[in-house]
Amino acid sequence: MSGFSAFRLLREALRGQSGWEPQWRAPAQPQAEYDVVIVGGGGHGLATAYYLAKEHRVGRIAVLEKGWIGGGNTGRNTTIIRSNYLFPESAALYDHAVQLWEGLSQELNYNVMFSPRGVLMLAHNVHDEQSFRRHVHANRLAGVDNEWLDAEACRAFCPPLDIHQQRYPVLGGALQRRGGVARHDAVAWGYARAASALGVDIIQNCEVTGITRGVDGGVTGLSTSRGEVRTRKVGVVAAGSTSLVMAMAGVRMPLESFPLQALVSEPVKPVFPCVVMSNTVHAYISQSDKGELVIGAGTDQYPSYSQAGGVQILSHTLEAICELFPMFRRMRMLRSWGGIVDTTTDRSPIIGLTPVPGLYVNCGWGTGGFKATPGSGHVFAATIARGEPHPIAAPFSLDRFVTGRLIDEAAAAAVAH
Amino acid sequence: MTRLATGGRIDRTRPLRFSFDGRDYTGFAGDTLASALLANGVHLVGRSFKYHRPRGILSAGVEEPNALVEIDRGVGRREPNARATMVPLVEGLVARSQNRWPSLRFDLAALAGLGSAVLGAGFYYKTFLGPGRDAWHKRWEPLIRRMAGLGRAPEAADPDRYGNRYAHAEVLVVGAGPAGIAAALEAAAAGGRVILCDEQAEFGGSLLAEPRAWPQLAADMAALSANPAVTLLPRTTAFSYGLQNFVALAQVLEQPNDLRERLWQVRAQRVVLATGALERPIPFSGNDRPGVMLADAARHYAQRWGVLPGRNVAAVVAHDTGYAATFALQDAGAVIAAVLEMREAAPAALLAEAARRGVRVLANHGVVGTRGGLRISGLLAAPRGADGAPDAARATPIACDLLLMAGGWTPSVHLFSQARGMLRWDAALDAFLPGEAREAVTCVGACAGEGLAPGLPVTQMAAGSARAPKAFIDQQNDVTTRDIALAVREGFRSIEHVKRYTTNGMATDQGKTSNMLGLALVAGELGRSVPEVGLTTFRAPYTPTSFGAFAGRHRGLQFDPVRAAPLHDWAVQQGAVFEPVGQWQRARYFPHAGEEMRAAVDRECLAVRESVGIFDASTLGKIEVVGPDAALFLERCYVNAWQKLGIGRCRYGLLLREDGFIYDDGVVGRLAADRFHVTTTTGGAARVLHMLEDYRQTEFPELHVWLTSTTEHWGVIALQGPRARDVLAPLVAGLDWADFPHMAVAECRVAGIAARLFRVSFSGELGFEVNVPASQAPAVWQALMQAGAAHGITPYGTEAMHVLRAEKGFIIVGQETDGTVTPDDAGLTWLVGKAKPDFIGKRSLTRPEMLRADRRQLVGLRPHDGRNLPDEGAQLIATATSREAEGHVTSAYRSASLGHPIALGLLAGGRARLGDTVFATSLNGAPMALEVVAPCFLDPKGDRLRG
Repeated sequence: MSGFSAFRLLREALRGQSGWEPQWRAPAQPQAEYDVVIVGGGGHGLATAYYLAKEHRVGRIAVLEKGWIGGGNTGRNTTIIRSNYLFPESAALYDHAVQLWEGLSQELNYNVMFSPRGVLMLAHNVHDEQSFRRHVHANRLAGVDNEWLDAEACRAFCPPLDIHQQRYPVLGGALQRRGGVARHDAVAWGYARAASALGVDIIQNCEVTGITRGVDGGVTGLSTSRGEVRTRKVGVVAAGSTSLVMAMAGVRMPLESFPLQALVSEPVKPVFPCVVMSNTVHAYISQSDKGELVIGAGTDQYPSYSQAGGVQILSHTLEAICELFPMFRRMRMLRSWGGIVDTTTDRSPIIGLTPVPGLYVNCGWGTGGFKATPGSGHVFAATIARGEPHPIAAPFSLDRFVTGRLIDEAAAAAVAH
Repeated sequence: MTRLATGGRIDRTRPLRFSFDGRDYTGFAGDTLASALLANGVHLVGRSFKYHRPRGILSAGVEEPNALVEIDRGVGRREPNARATMVPLVEGLVARSQNRWPSLRFDLAALAGLGSAVLGAGFYYKTFLGPGRDAWHKRWEPLIRRMAGLGRAPEAADPDRYGNRYAHAEVLVVGAGPAGIAAALEAAAAGGRVILCDEQAEFGGSLLAEPRAWPQLAADMAALSANPAVTLLPRTTAFSYGLQNFVALAQVLEQPNDLRERLWQVRAQRVVLATGALERPIPFSGNDRPGVMLADAARHYAQRWGVLPGRNVAAVVAHDTGYAATFALQDAGAVIAAVLEMREAAPAALLAEAARRGVRVLANHGVVGTRGGLRISGLLAAPRGADGAPDAARATPIACDLLLMAGGWTPSVHLFSQARGMLRWDAALDAFLPGEAREAVTCVGACAGEGLAPGLPVTQMAAGSARAPKAFIDQQNDVTTRDIALAVREGFRSIEHVKRYTTNGMATDQGKTSNMLGLALVAGELGRSVPEVGLTTFRAPYTPTSFGAFAGRHRGLQFDPVRAAPLHDWAVQQGAVFEPVGQWQRARYFPHAGEEMRAAVDRECLAVRESVGIFDASTLGKIEVVGPDAALFLERCYVNAWQKLGIGRCRYGLLLREDGFIYDDGVVGRLAADRFHVTTTTGGAARVLHMLEDYRQTEFPELHVWLTSTTEHWGVIALQGPRARDVLAPLVAGLDWADFPHMAVAECRVAGIAARLFRVSFSGELGFEVNVPASQAPAVWQALMQAGAAHGITPYGTEAMHVLRAEKGFIIVGQETDGTVTPDDAGLTWLVGKAKPDFIGKRSLTRPEMLRADRRQLVGLRPHDGRNLPDEGAQLIATATSREAEGHVTSAYRSASLGHPIALGLLAGGRARLGDTVFATSLNGAPMALEVVAPCFLDPKGDRLRG
């Protein structure tokens, strides 16, 4: 892999940018055998492969992707990154990710445009205020930055915000200054490029159709649309398709899948300096570096695998945006899209071992997986490499639904991720 | 002036003044801003996104990527990124160019163009990596952000109004060109409701540039207008096609004193798509210069608007329709410098006509490049070589002030694709056409390929262009043919990858002019066919749609319905301070003149403890559970035992989720063997009904039981305090007081009104809740106020209610509980029917984690200093320096009755730690020492409420 740098860019300019090679190798077929196969070429899967190669020196690694890498939720989210989760287990996981985000561009030699511009979560009623102040207390105790702002301070931090809106005035907000956004596609491509350089095979348009198991029940290989692959370790990182893949090994997953929508406006000059989330009125907004307002909507009410959702969901969100930011009423929606989010009953992810030896799973990120990408890949790689949960991943085991040791962020916070 | 003396559909008797970048111009009624600017000789109207290259008017419709302007209609009415081609001219219109500094003609940021060799596709991924880890955010991102973006967002709240309408139709026709009008006439003749919409201000589509068709067009439109079953919607774009023919339309009205826009949501039995086709630009160097225009757009300017966009015209043609445009301009008075025919030869008939007109046609020629600064002044023409690229070595210059591009046609299949219809590649027409439909939809006219003739295939048209410098395919985002080649070289082979890496097709025109060229180039680079490369997904909206149209009337107080309890107006008159609780507005306290919240709450609490208080509890959720299996149904849902609950008795019910955690609570009264009056929390009313209905219908369909929400039907007045019975009793008729102990319910009359009277207490005092029909609640309230006057009856609000219940240690679901609290955690094990075979959540309660002794349990907390309150939400720690959370403060209040602050909290193993000291974290000081006590601070035996 030849390095990315301003100098290289200038040098290439002199020869018409003709010297760039593919950012990742693209073998058409998988090899016959791998030490570890990752099923799913989204950000989490590619990050897992990268850290397996980089930190655990696993020799032969493949990432199998049924479509094109980064084409699922990695490329369909609103790119919000934060770690101010309530429970220490969650805060540890997401803050691990934020710490990796902070150096990720340099780590990957790929500008993922991590922009810690601050994430402000608005409180509109007494209950919100109690809940967010509880978060601030919990985060500070756990060493995670989070602070409480009164309404005027919220407006000072985000000048377009109308704190005196008639229906649900803003009472205050919780601000995590280390939170922000990143360029979602670049995360997938950056990990792919770095993993490929370390020898990872990334095979696109390769769908897994079966998981083969030996007499001891352990994984022995995979059937794919591009042939059989032998391997003793499989990491499934397939987001909305996880239940389908795991069923191939006879494992039922406690997951439900919902369509989640998002939209962007036409690009305008910088007008919105931070990320604002309001769960009470259902609105999430930031402005991309290109100038588009990036707005997250809610999930449909019923499970579905359709990567599209109803107009009423978009209307509901834009009503809220227009109330919080009345100047944006004349802005226009340029593009909307949907993704399939896989959610657990406690709205926390599942990372770890499964009842099938050699089969590992990383899923259930719901509406909040993008922010965790580096941390998720990092601890999942360690879990696969060592055959035992990484300490940060351990609380997120699949068997917590049997023991009852749930980590219920949604119930605790009434906040979508 | 380039306005023709005659012709066009403009009204020359109605001149309209407008300004662009501060200069005043005149156009006519019927003009668009684009046609009016061209009529005034203005070609330079914008700057591109990335390189700030000068740009003109490429098209005459929604596909316009370049002519984006700011429309300013006054404070709060500034609109960025308006397509000049779609803005009807009105008197006094103020338009400005955007994305330039200091001026449109001299834009310093155009220096970026000098760096275009560096700033190719994805350059930003490869640099800005230092110095330091935060270099991007601190140093580079602010620069990039300032350079990016197009127009300026509005700076003030939008004062305009937006509307929303739902409609049904037998037939919805999208697009009012010849095919759409014919379809509408046919549908109207068949009877039934017809909606015909078109994005343009005027109906007619391509007919608007066919003067000979105008009489028939007028007759057709008159017939449709006269038909009351036909709804005609001009300036209305069908932008989203949902399941089961649910189509969203955005209508622009912009009339004085009317709505600005309206969102239509139409359910149609059948949809006819007559969305037409878009002309393809041609990729060559300098194809973005002002004065380079789509050929058919130029024809429209001449024939529809009477504008000659150039006097000395050249054309580069890959499709026969280019000749019609060229000839039309010639007829309008232009000199035709040359036609560069990219094909080996044009059809003989066209060549003969060209010869007759004296038009020079250069066969198998392409454009090497264009010349000119802010407007095209000429081009270099050359024969195409073996690879399709024009041979620069044999180039000859041709002077011109307008260059037409006729690259063939792309049918507009966006909506058909949104409707999940399959697209098929038509090799003959070189286009994706509608294939198998999954909705009741028919495509007619050019969008179905009808009337289109083949031209030079797009891959051949683009052949060789990947080496041309500055051949733009996405003109707004400044994506060049070289960028596509670079992306493919770097391994971006999926068309979705190419789109995202280069941003091709992601501009405000959504790829209407760029997607097919991008596809052709990727196909060329990969050596594959266009259908093998495939399309990117067509997403809503078809054209950008304002947020305001989506939000409609849901603004201000109408953003979300305000729910007001029956006594709301009375509380307003009393000067109550309200708080939002879900959609409800609830009275929080009733301050006397000059009274602060704390004093008011203290006074209200003391009144309840010492005499009697009155409280509007109407927001409580209420569900009538009726049927022979009603008791069995509740038995299976709630943790409590219900079968043996006597008629006329109540019980405090607890509902869990499947995972064993508390979901809701409320008093349930049994009115008859088969009838229960179930109450829920205020916030839980809808979700509890939803959950119970879910179980009733899916888990217990064999049970005969019916659920009805009665939340709004009952006004609920709580009387609490030692004098409560004294106030109430004189007004009650038909009640046997001897058989009315704590937790009893009876149907009787209160102040002459039929009532359900509960003897319950959420304050710890003797208490009653009077349920009367909501409409009667104010009268009953007044009667109780009068009866209580002698006892100093005191209205109290939610804040006092919270304090009173906390003094008793009663939980509030959502405050003491947070979805992680079991009945045992909350000290409510005594409610759980031990002998019951099952209830929702029972199995989960036996999981090992649920049985641990160190679970967080409800405790009371007393500040050591006896003065200060811990923060609600503060974390509980064992020592002042501990970093390990062992629980948190759930509620904290000053208690006037007790004379010291009190708090409730959840603490690990808390019930075994009574008497211990723990600390509550503080956000701005030292942790606060608290004594762990039992969660009931007042009358633990309950003597008062049984009084």
